[in-house]
Amino acid sequence: MVIYGVALLSFAYLAGQVLGDLLGKLIGVKANVGGVGISIFLLLLLIEYLTKKGKLNIQSQDGLKFWGAMYIPIVVAMAAQQNVMAAVKGGPLALLAGVITVIIMFLLIPLLDKVGKKEDSHDLEEELIEPNLELKAK
Amino acid sequence: MFEVVYNSLMNNGLITAFAVIGITMYISHFISSRFTRGRVHGSAIAILIGLVLAYFGGLNTGGEKGLADISMFSGIGLMGGGMLRDFAIVATVFGARFEELKKVGLIGLISLLVGTVVPFIVGVTVALAFGYNDPVSLTTIGAGAITYIVGPVTGAAIGANSTVMALSIAAGVIKSITVMLTTPYMAKFVGLTNPRTAVIFGGAMGTASGVAGGLAATNPKLVPYGAMGATFHTGIGCLLCPSVLFLATKFIFG
Repeated sequence: MVIYGVALLSFAYLAGQVLGDLLGKLIGVKANVGGVGISIFLLLLLIEYLTKKGKLNIQSQDGLKFWGAMYIPIVVAMAAQQNVMAAVKGGPLALLAGVITVIIMFLLIPLLDKVGKKEDSHDLEEELIEPNLELKAK
Repeated sequence: MFEVVYNSLMNNGLITAFAVIGITMYISHFISSRFTRGRVHGSAIAILIGLVLAYFGGLNTGGEKGLADISMFSGIGLMGGGMLRDFAIVATVFGARFEELKKVGLIGLISLLVGTVVPFIVGVTVALAFGYNDPVSLTTIGAGAITYIVGPVTGAAIGANSTVMALSIAAGVIKSITVMLTTPYMAKFVGLTNPRTAVIFGGAMGTASGVAGGLAATNPKLVPYGAMGATFHTGIGCLLCPSVLFLATKFIFG
């Protein structure tokens, strides 16, 4: 059933939230530390385990796939509720601090990438999510 | 008549949000394929439209949550809020490979530290250039350059004034927006095409919404790896800024 996939996702998500909050409390920080990361890690393990056991049928997978596919629209909704006004009002100081940081971090990424690199990680081909206009025309 | 429609949309906020975002995505993909021949990614255009809508939302209401402050569009707040965003990010892991994550480890940790300290130094330097010289303001603005959550959390902890807090949040929001909009173009130049680099990118850039938006428009398959790095960023920032980094700033400029 589809709900099994959604429930599996919810379980991993909630466990990550709880552990992230606990980790935050443990090191005395008023924030969730690594909640999403822990959830991702847990779900990855659960999927591997259940797939090996043959317990994750197509419908359960659909429950997971649906929410994965909703990710981009959700990010658009997230963009639509950013405090863009504050960013504009912050003026040149905020603009410079934000933009210079991003430029420098982009320059550092290839350097960080070289550190401790043993074997090449395989490139992932881009997923086709553009609407197929040729098909639609037919 | 108008009031009835308005109330119906308001009372069904989340569903209204699905419809509004659906239309936005359709328009964005239409613009992408017709006017840019797919060169500018549909998702990137959709995010840009979202940000423009957020600006007008803020302009109309004076609120902090963009379009979501207009009551008819309040469902956008739920749809794009932290809960569903993180839920959907976790779901993207379906199809990700476990071995790829295992390869990261130490470099992920190094990226996190670099991604905390370097933005902090940049923020402090810019604040100095604009005439701030007290350690509390410098630290708060420096923290804002990490993420817009680390900024106010740090500011509140060390007692910054509201103007500095607002600047700090603004710096973080601009960082996030810049990452969302530039990542698809920078990806090829910095080698952001594989899981390992995506974890480094997430850890170094930090800003969860920026990384989420940027990778969505670059290659959705990289999202779980980027999120893995970014998820620890705010926590580490909130840990280091009011403590070690504040003391260091105080030592140098105090």
